[in-house]
Amino acid sequence: MSRFITFAVFGLSYGCVYSLAATGLVLTFRTSGVFNMAFGAQAYGSAAVYYAAVKESHWNRWAGLLLAVVVVGPLLGFALDRVLFRHIRTAPQVVKLITALGLLVGIPSVAQFFFGTDNKPNPPDAFWSSHTFYRFLGSRIDGNQLSIIVTAVAVVVALGLFLRFTSIGLQMRAVVESPRMVQLAGINADRVGTTAWVLSGLIAGLAGVLLAPTHTALVDRDFTLLLVAAMAAAAFGRLISLPLTLLGGLAVGVGQEVLAGYLPLNSVWAKGLRPSFPFLVLVGLLLFLPGLRQRRDTTDPLAACDPPTPALAASHGDPRLRRINRVTALVGIPAIVFLPMLAYHHTWLNVMTLGVVFSTIMLSITALTGLSGQISLCQFSLAGVGAFTAGQLATRYDLSVLWGILIGAAVAAAVGALISLPALRLGGVYLALATLAFALMADNFLFPLHWVGGGQSGVQIPKPVGFSGEWAFFFLSVVVLAICGGIVVLVRKGTTGQYLAALRGSETAAATIGISPARAKFTVFAVSAGIAGAGGALYGSSVTSVNSDQFNFFLSLAFMVLVLTTGVRTVEGAVNAGIAFAVIPFLLDKYASNFNVLVFALFAYGSLTYAKHPEGIVEFQKRRSLAAITRWLDRKQVAPT
Amino acid sequence: MALLEATGISKRFGGIEALSELSLFVDAGDAVGLVGPNGAGKTTLFNCLLGLLRPDTGRVIFDGRDLGGMPIHRRARFGIGRTFQRMELFTEMTGREHLLVAERARRRDGALWKDLLNRGGPSADEIGRVDATLDLLGITDVADLPVEALSMGHGRLVELGRALMTEPKLLLLDEPSSGLDRTESLALSGVLARVQDERTTAILLVEHDLDMVLRSVSRLYVLDFGVLIADGPTAQVMADAGVRRAYLGQAV
Repeated sequence: MSRFITFAVFGLSYGCVYSLAATGLVLTFRTSGVFNMAFGAQAYGSAAVYYAAVKESHWNRWAGLLLAVVVVGPLLGFALDRVLFRHIRTAPQVVKLITALGLLVGIPSVAQFFFGTDNKPNPPDAFWSSHTFYRFLGSRIDGNQLSIIVTAVAVVVALGLFLRFTSIGLQMRAVVESPRMVQLAGINADRVGTTAWVLSGLIAGLAGVLLAPTHTALVDRDFTLLLVAAMAAAAFGRLISLPLTLLGGLAVGVGQEVLAGYLPLNSVWAKGLRPSFPFLVLVGLLLFLPGLRQRRDTTDPLAACDPPTPALAASHGDPRLRRINRVTALVGIPAIVFLPMLAYHHTWLNVMTLGVVFSTIMLSITALTGLSGQISLCQFSLAGVGAFTAGQLATRYDLSVLWGILIGAAVAAAVGALISLPALRLGGVYLALATLAFALMADNFLFPLHWVGGGQSGVQIPKPVGFSGEWAFFFLSVVVLAICGGIVVLVRKGTTGQYLAALRGSETAAATIGISPARAKFTVFAVSAGIAGAGGALYGSSVTSVNSDQFNFFLSLAFMVLVLTTGVRTVEGAVNAGIAFAVIPFLLDKYASNFNVLVFALFAYGSLTYAKHPEGIVEFQKRRSLAAITRWLDRKQVAPT
Repeated sequence: MALLEATGISKRFGGIEALSELSLFVDAGDAVGLVGPNGAGKTTLFNCLLGLLRPDTGRVIFDGRDLGGMPIHRRARFGIGRTFQRMELFTEMTGREHLLVAERARRRDGALWKDLLNRGGPSADEIGRVDATLDLLGITDVADLPVEALSMGHGRLVELGRALMTEPKLLLLDEPSSGLDRTESLALSGVLARVQDERTTAILLVEHDLDMVLRSVSRLYVLDFGVLIADGPTAQVMADAGVRRAYLGQAV
């Protein structure tokens, strides 16, 4: 029993941070309808500032706190509201999700650009020192844990009072229903929204500096886990109730530590289950709290004031353009592939091969998100399933990777189909969260298993016989990419693609003509997972050995964001994304290694424009320049007469 | 036996009884109107018939089958089509594509392997049937525009066409004339008459525009606060004093 209490008290401090973060989430959700996936990144930003100020510039601790929590945190919240979220308050949930995802991926890399990527050991304490100990409920807790508990209680109580007894609290609740209605009633909706974001930024800052010293080093990944735990807590409060949210946070924190305490030390179970616990709670809540799932998107009664969203630019079928296109394709593509070889020799060929392999994995996003509009955050984990399948087949049964690609695709498709069964009941933001849960489970739990990921040493995936040369493997990759691209195009043109297009337009209307939404989505999920699996097996073979670290969940997020940037509706979009993901880091590494960490920020930028250009900013620019060329051609034709 | 027979349908939302013990029937090929003031429960009843909502009590029998608990898309396959009060069109598709996808859904031969062998394109037969329906509705000349570019009237016709492609035995029309001007709504009545002539589809029409109702239906149900207050042949119901009071607000 005393052991239980020790674990529980230990978990209490985690629980308090989770509660704190969850209130921040609920706050912005209630005023702007945004499920702020960037919250963890905001917390990381403040923690990084605090670390740099106190640890590296040797500021006074209180000055550092003032800067990180009172200045940077709220300022970040203010900026996010002003620049982004204010403008998409009435946008569909998916748009908000993608914008927040871009920030989740982008903010840490911007922070690392300013504060360096080096290891940051022993983050400084916030209030009381973690080297002094206090007695609490009969157990020993350190000063930092005490700080966490005291701060969390103070903030939650203050916030509760604020929302209940001030007029701006009431206004906050009105704004989420319809900002315009509120404005017609003479309230400045923008000001209310900004207040919420500033407050939430302050809370993020607090959570950041408080959570940092509970880890041995400052790592951005820990803050993503904070976000997940906070989401579970917020879900427990049905995204509305602050007391329930508080309770949910505490339950997740305590549950996680008690569970970890009783599991055998250092086993895969203990290591994997502790970080996955918040996710399991979240998925459980999503699946079994029907009220949460059926929450409708807020529909602004005055939304019709806006002009309808512009249709995606139609592709240009001008025959002259097609001719130019063919010539550029014939000359340009080989030029991109081969000319740099003069400078970089075979390194470039390897970069190109990697680009083609990434393109294949990214095609799975084109298939899923481009066709069905669903956001999955586990595509790279599914690639991992394909890679490990191919690897185990090669190691145990000496099967060639060519078989590995096929069987890996089939296994990944089966896993994807299995995930999609519960996930299909969710849809939208909740599907994204559930797939993120799978990605994290795979990351922490499935892939470290010896019979999957081969343990510490990983699994070997030799190149197939006859394709061991660099050129041969390059062409093999191109062929696999072409086949997968062909599948995507055929599915899009065919019945399944038509059904999915109808479902994207209106799910209810599609059902009233006899289309089964569940079946169409199930199909596309399996196809997409299969493509990811094939790409993963190919990836494994191109790097010849894979281990569980290579398929971490963050890459799934980054891939999603990247493809949304280049264009999720077209096969070229995926190819552009894949090549960019191989080439840009390579070039930055060669010429501007300082900027290397900004790669993700660069990609994340694109997703911030998703609200305006759902076809992808690169695709949008391409179409715009194609239109300009057409106009120029027209002028030239008119000129002589 | 009636094509559609709903008996004892009740539905509560919190403390409000939106429908109480409501029963109605529609015979094959019949045209029936359902009228009532705003908030009378018309759309709720539609949603219960269609499976968007599950009624608290009561049974819906369609074509001899009990529809209880059946998902929307399966009801559609048995022959219930509908249009929506707030238009639900597939954005990014043209009118013709709306009809084509509905035709494909009716045939239900959309296996994935056919897509992969590039057999997914529309067949000559499908194109022919779509053309015939476009012609019937008189929207051939706007069929290749994206639906965002269509007028409200044309949009409603595309919705109607999409529903017709599934060859419904019963068509539920939810305020098809709302947002239409007088010419457009006259044209819609004409199209409905033609549809009934050529395809012998039964129609259950919810409508505020009484002229349109009188033009289109032969039998009428009047709903007020979730209760049926009158039913019978149109002329007889319209003469009923209670109906005039509840619905038209007229002193008698």
